[in-house]
Amino acid sequence: MWVYQKMLQYPARVRTTNPRLAKAVITQYGGPDGELAASLRYLTQRYTMPIPEAKAALTDIGTEELAHMEIVATLVYNLIKDASIAEIKRAGLDGYYADHDKALYFVNAEGMPWIASYIQSKGDPITDIHENMAAEQKARSTYEYLIQLSDDPDVTDTLRFLWQREIVHFQRFGEILNLLHDYYGRERVFHMKGWDPKNLPTVDK
Amino acid sequence: MDAQQKEMLLRLMELQFAATELNLYLDTHPDDMRALQEFRMRSQELMSAKMEYERIYGPLLNFGLGMTSRNSWQWIQDPWPWEVNWRRS
Repeated sequence: MWVYQKMLQYPARVRTTNPRLAKAVITQYGGPDGELAASLRYLTQRYTMPIPEAKAALTDIGTEELAHMEIVATLVYNLIKDASIAEIKRAGLDGYYADHDKALYFVNAEGMPWIASYIQSKGDPITDIHENMAAEQKARSTYEYLIQLSDDPDVTDTLRFLWQREIVHFQRFGEILNLLHDYYGRERVFHMKGWDPKNLPTVDK
Repeated sequence: MDAQQKEMLLRLMELQFAATELNLYLDTHPDDMRALQEFRMRSQELMSAKMEYERIYGPLLNFGLGMTSRNSWQWIQDPWPWEVNWRRS
């Protein structure tokens, strides 16, 4: 089960009302490479992981992503809560306002709602961990673009924290991938040279 | 939320971040005794800081894992995490 802690993982500061920035940042709430996708991806993949390290890492990183979701929500909430209708319109958030007022909803920067096909849970642990490493890189890139777009140094500070976490998670997933290769005793070959279809490695699942 | 409460909460966030980071590291390095030792230390510091905070400001965790010290249900007290103003004055 999960327990809620009445605190953020990081003090998410917002300097001024800025719905324009909120429109971009919200993609890390409900976008394809956002924190909801990350959390749900890891938490649903963990059931079919064969080694204890992988089960633990997916549970713990999936849980940390929920905390990141809350940080992103806090940024968006505080960037738009005092915005006037004129500011909402200027920021291009009038469509969002029509559907959600200033409530939090899972959308990307263009207003597309979150969909489960952003994530995959393939059952093959090697495949799943590769997916997760790619996901961490995609999230890292997104945070870099958001940092470029940010004109609020306090928001940038929190985005930098989240950016760093993607790098740490990528590292941990890389270690999990190595542990899985050890577990399967499979050779670490990442190219097709000398590949013989008659001599496929057996995978004991 | 006054300055003293914010300061205590920030300290907790720092300690918990150190513990979180060590936890993730230990997931893939379960036999690293130095990290395990460090984790034990941070975890103990975190527990005592959490108890100290809860004694004054009420439970940080729900479902009976936090401490309710006063004769009122402090859990519902504002502010919630997204409402705290962390802006540096």
